[in-house]
Amino acid sequence: MTGAPVSRRLRGLVFWSGIAMLCVWVLAPIYLIALGAFGGRAGVFRWPKSLMPWDTTLAAMQAFLAVDGVWAAALNGALVAGLTMLFSLLLGAPAGYALARYAFAGQSAFRMLVVLTRAFPLAILALPLTVTFIRVGLYDTAVGVALVHTALALPFAALVSSSLFMGIPRELEEAAWVFGCTGFQAFRKIVLPLALPGLAAAAIFAFVISWNEVFAASVLTVRNKTLTAYLLTVLAESPLHFRFAGGFLLILPSVVFMFAVRKYLFAMWGVANR
Amino acid sequence: MAGITIDRIEKRFGAVAALRELSLEVADGEFIALLGPSGCGKTTLLRIIAGLEQQTAGRIRIGGRDVSALPPRERGLAMVFQNYAVFPHMTVYENVAFGLRMKGASDADVKTQVERASGLLHIEPYLERYPAKLSGGQRQRVAVARALAVQPAVLLMDEPLSNLDALLRLEMRSELKSVLAASGATTVYVTHDQTEAMGLADRVAVMHEGVIEQIDRPQALYERPATRFVGGFVGSPPMNFIDMPVSGGAARLGAFSSPVAAGDGLVTAGIRAEDIAISDSGGLPFDVVVCEPLGATLLLTGRIEGQLARVAARPDARVRPGDRLSLSPALDRIVWIDPQSGRSLGASPGAAA
Repeated sequence: MTGAPVSRRLRGLVFWSGIAMLCVWVLAPIYLIALGAFGGRAGVFRWPKSLMPWDTTLAAMQAFLAVDGVWAAALNGALVAGLTMLFSLLLGAPAGYALARYAFAGQSAFRMLVVLTRAFPLAILALPLTVTFIRVGLYDTAVGVALVHTALALPFAALVSSSLFMGIPRELEEAAWVFGCTGFQAFRKIVLPLALPGLAAAAIFAFVISWNEVFAASVLTVRNKTLTAYLLTVLAESPLHFRFAGGFLLILPSVVFMFAVRKYLFAMWGVANR
Repeated sequence: MAGITIDRIEKRFGAVAALRELSLEVADGEFIALLGPSGCGKTTLLRIIAGLEQQTAGRIRIGGRDVSALPPRERGLAMVFQNYAVFPHMTVYENVAFGLRMKGASDADVKTQVERASGLLHIEPYLERYPAKLSGGQRQRVAVARALAVQPAVLLMDEPLSNLDALLRLEMRSELKSVLAASGATTVYVTHDQTEAMGLADRVAVMHEGVIEQIDRPQALYERPATRFVGGFVGSPPMNFIDMPVSGGAARLGAFSSPVAAGDGLVTAGIRAEDIAISDSGGLPFDVVVCEPLGATLLLTGRIEGQLARVAARPDARVRPGDRLSLSPALDRIVWIDPQSGRSLGASPGAAA
């Protein structure tokens, strides 16, 4: 008689403890970094650590933002990430549309190939890429880094947009054709508006991938570094609380972006209703 | 002025022939139903008329104009899809207005036409809503209104009622009939539901394996099926097919005999369940296996000399499983079928007698 409520309570317990674990998993490191970033020199080296945000100070943050080149690097990073977003969408969305709408020979092989690009270790590509980029004049440019980042983000963009387009019934397009649309008009008036939220999410994801990528960005640039690559070189020689400040600054845009598009991310995974 | 001429249309998917040299003439303003089981090619034919599918061979003419190579938008038709295909990101008003806007109609014209079409389908209260907030039946109405708003010369419908529940389907069916008759559009309506086809259409084309088996008025189709397939597909319960030996120009089985225009051998008698009278003796021997009271009739399922048969008896008939009855089919309503070819032998000689 008490079986049902007990099992329900147990399920609730498992559910909420799982949620709590996930939250701790993600939030605890972010919190600790924030603590380090705003705790000042004393806070970082104090032991035992205080987990409470007492005596916070913006000193480390301010000092960090005043470091020569941080703002330029941030701007450069945003430019690279923006270009990555643009490239991966312009190349990935049509590829996804083709995968979703047309049956062609070697389709599944193509699908596999798209994913396989991620299997190439960037470290092996670094040297030949550098040589090639120097030769064609892409070395140390935002476009060059964005191209490499696009290669990283593209599989994701193509596969996500293909499943997006697959989720849009073909009949909607056909209805548009029957009622007077050309193929392109039907795409613009019907398919695009319906896919837009998902495409935006894929674009943001490409942005975040680029923003966080450090290896290619470090190898392929000298003066025009992205923020991530710049911090890597600068922070290695900085005091600990500076590093925390830098780390926090790196996390911030990603978190803000994720938060802003969370609705669309859920739509992308098919959680949200149509 | 928009009759449809389908001239020897063929469609192959790889090695599979979906349509074989199919020809059909639909008169201006006529309502034709394409009826058949799934996979018979009816939807393929409709999509070829619409231009959504390219035929392998043959021509399509609409209103005398050859549209075989034209894209859908230039064929001057409207279509209602099975899953409605109502645009989810537009209000009902914009959905209904879509075709008119694409034609570049003025706002005033759009307004008049949308109001007219939505009035016909009784969707005025929902014009500002989004389709997600509508029920299946309401979405169906939006889809029909969208098609009627452009005042199409040709209207194509692909199983438009099949996603509705039974009661709503019945209601929509009679409503559709009056609305479509008033619109005057030449209509091609695809369905696998024979009551829908019979109830709505001026003529019904029964399709089977990529060919039209028979095309005729619903009543003629029911009473005089040209093939065994048509008799079995049209009508519920399906027609009974009883094989009988023929000798000397008469088919005999049990105590039953009827003149038939067939040579010696076997002939198949196609008999409708309701064309059979139950008597005490003589006629066809019938062993009852199952009795199903359906309200209007008592449906008996059993065997005539080992062959499956169904009889629609009066609802108050006192019959129980295991009974042996004698059946007297109405001779003038029997359809005689050649068991080899499956084609009917033409008018039964019994009708003349």
